[in-house]
Amino acid sequence: MAAGVAAWLPFARAAAIGWMPVANCPMPLAPADKNKRQDELIILNVSGRRFQTWRTTLERYPDTLLGSTEKEFFFNEDTKEYFFDRDPEVFRCVLNFYRTGKLHYPRYECISAYDDELAFYGILPEIIGDCCYEEYKDRKRENAERLMDDNDSENNQESLPSLSFRQTMWRAFENPHTSTLALVFYYVTGFFIAVSVITNVVETVPCGTVPGNKELPCGERYAVAFFCLDTACVMIFTVEYLLRLFAAPSRYRFIRSVMSIIDVVAIMPYYIGLVMTNNEDVSGAFVTLRVFRVFRIFKFSRHSQGLRILGYTLKSCASELGFLLFSLTMAIIIFATVMFYAEKGSSASKFTSIPASFWYTIVTMTTLGYGDMVPKTIAGKIFGSICSLSGVLVIALPVPVIVSNFSRIYHQNQRADKRRAQKKARLARIRVAKTGSSNAYLHSKRNGLLNEALELTGSPEDEHLTKTTSLIESQHHHLLHCLEKTTNHEFIDEQMFEQNCMESSMQNYPSTRSPSLSSHPGLTTSCCSRRSKKTTHLPNSNLPATRLRSMQELSTIHIQGSEQPSLTTSRSSLNLKADDVLRPNCKGSQITTAIISIPTPPALTPEGESRPPPSSPGSTTNIPPIGSNIVKVSAL
Amino acid sequence: MRGQARKESLSDSRDLDGSYDQLTGNPPRPTKKALKQRFLKLLPCCGPQALPSVSENSVEDEFELSTVCHRPEGLEQLQEQTKFTRKELQVLYRGFKNECPSGIVNEENFKQIYSQFFPQGDSSTYATFLFNAFDTNHDGSVSFEDFVAGLSVILRGTIDDRLNWAFNLYDLNKDGFITKEEMLDIMKSIYDMMGKYTYPALREEAPREHVESFFQKMDRNKDGVVTIEEFIESCQKDENIMRSMQLFDNVI
Repeated sequence: MAAGVAAWLPFARAAAIGWMPVANCPMPLAPADKNKRQDELIILNVSGRRFQTWRTTLERYPDTLLGSTEKEFFFNEDTKEYFFDRDPEVFRCVLNFYRTGKLHYPRYECISAYDDELAFYGILPEIIGDCCYEEYKDRKRENAERLMDDNDSENNQESLPSLSFRQTMWRAFENPHTSTLALVFYYVTGFFIAVSVITNVVETVPCGTVPGNKELPCGERYAVAFFCLDTACVMIFTVEYLLRLFAAPSRYRFIRSVMSIIDVVAIMPYYIGLVMTNNEDVSGAFVTLRVFRVFRIFKFSRHSQGLRILGYTLKSCASELGFLLFSLTMAIIIFATVMFYAEKGSSASKFTSIPASFWYTIVTMTTLGYGDMVPKTIAGKIFGSICSLSGVLVIALPVPVIVSNFSRIYHQNQRADKRRAQKKARLARIRVAKTGSSNAYLHSKRNGLLNEALELTGSPEDEHLTKTTSLIESQHHHLLHCLEKTTNHEFIDEQMFEQNCMESSMQNYPSTRSPSLSSHPGLTTSCCSRRSKKTTHLPNSNLPATRLRSMQELSTIHIQGSEQPSLTTSRSSLNLKADDVLRPNCKGSQITTAIISIPTPPALTPEGESRPPPSSPGSTTNIPPIGSNIVKVSAL
Repeated sequence: MRGQARKESLSDSRDLDGSYDQLTGNPPRPTKKALKQRFLKLLPCCGPQALPSVSENSVEDEFELSTVCHRPEGLEQLQEQTKFTRKELQVLYRGFKNECPSGIVNEENFKQIYSQFFPQGDSSTYATFLFNAFDTNHDGSVSFEDFVAGLSVILRGTIDDRLNWAFNLYDLNKDGFITKEEMLDIMKSIYDMMGKYTYPALREEAPREHVESFFQKMDRNKDGVVTIEEFIESCQKDENIMRSMQLFDNVI
């Protein structure tokens, strides 16, 4: 029952009076209206814009947000209104749906924004009215294509190591930009197609005479050369076809595809020619077969997207083309008949029969006008002029349809290409945003720790280092910090990480420290992790394993009571804590990892280099008091 | 404060089969003037000059293009005429106007609205009878006054008023007698609303049998027709009918 007619229910119930006198049995009891409250106006405040409606209007659709008790969650006691922090423009459409029972989709609205709003209010988009449904579906389909495009290209970018050789080959064939080899193959085949086509053309050019006073085409004069060229081309094409056949995921489908048929047709004449040489009876047919060699030019469509689009357009405009052909045929027959009978009277007329007039009609309708057949009688001339006028019209009508189809498909392709090109920029944007936030964390961590250290050391002059962060940021950072504590690893940024890798591999020392022994009370892990210097963090790479192994080979000496196995638990293989910046709040002065003996701590460590100046005074001030506790051991 | 009822001169569908002149938007006038005008259109020289002769007709015609719009009498008058309170009238009018923005209901609209409540069966015949009962002045349309007057009787009237109204509904030709044929039509229309899928399955003779039993009960003097007095008398004697009439007290 539509929402609008719910208001007529009392009428329908009143109309039941007509049944009462004729009824033989007693009527059932009517449902009691328990909370018969008066209809009230409720105020819906959507981002400041106030909408008002009757409560019963909203209750027409009880399975949506506004129609059910779910809206009570949004009730604001102070202002006695329902507040929604959403888009007021789309809310207008939503509320109109309750009022009229029809949901409309405004054209200026973005489809995803609209979908989000509908989902929020619990309304299914399928009930969009017929007036707007088509537009909605079109936009939704475009959006879905865009998303699919993105996903596809994403999948393509990923290097799936599980692709078999066959699959890699197929990918190389279909998309020549995947590897250099594919690109080379692409250009080589393109070159040979061009060579083959040019050969076919040049073969027929007359070049010079032979003493038998006959002009010979080049093909016969240099028969051997041309034969060799042809053979080479056909070899390449055959190899290519066989490779594609091998690599195709579905061979049956590949054989049936248009491109493969073109390939076969292009190379067949050669093989048939090989088989049937010097057989006079079929040599005529053989010559005809050579015509098919021209199909090699269609192989270019793999190399040119425009050609593919053209082919696709023609396929999709098949009905318009059919109509064009049909109407042309009709007109040709009509006019040919008329011209024939009009010209019947004149002597020596070329219009010998109706089929003979077809040629005149076609030439006239397409405004070619060769002039080999012209009407001579007055009636013939009149009808001839009408014929040429109508020809222009008949041809001009279906052409714009085909053109617009082509344009649409072409632009779609352009858009897809543009999206792909912009994808890199988009991904870079996303990456920058991500690194921005993680950098913020690391930076704040540094500064935060530094601040704590400074507080403890009591140096007031570095307070300007404090960077004010919002509450949300600080809470977020605290969360990340808790994660660090849980896993006993730390976040660092990429550059640090790579530098550490490089340095460690160069020096071949395991220059690590294991901060993993936080369980040990006296250890300085807690403060180690709170160093102002960044520590390296190895998420998923294989590096730690090898480095750990190498580390274990070169035994590291742990000082003061830490165990060897701690190495495995630590991701510390790249903890270049050559510079032992220990906080004064480190109660214990035990160090548990081997440290590269570096004469001047701040200078050689990569952290030290990248260390912003503010922290170095902090670090240097810390070293002297603890220096005596640090044992630097070379792990060689 | 009577509403102005302007006649609708154009139907809603303007088909393009030449039945209306696309140049001026007028309905077709098979007059010499129009033919001449069309012929003149083809000639490039006689452009705008040919049109002024037709323009005065087009201006008048435009006034006829608007649809009918009916406004009810004031709220106070309706309050006097019916037994509804002001608030009830407001609610009723809002619902009425929502479905019929032009202010009146015609038979088609009426049938369509009523059919929304009975999705399974065919309620169009019964809706027609209802329409005729509501349309007290028989002008082919039910205005808000008619609508509310009928509802007032059914929902707020005395039992006798209601029975009167029901008799009026059954008496299709409004001659004061209910004949067996009239009753059969009504009965068939009621059974039509049930649709095909019923339990037990509807038989052909069911309406006729029902009519027979009705006449058995109502027709005192067995003359084949039921008059208003017989009807009211018989209904007042029947417990079930009297009880069911009280159902309408709480509809609004």
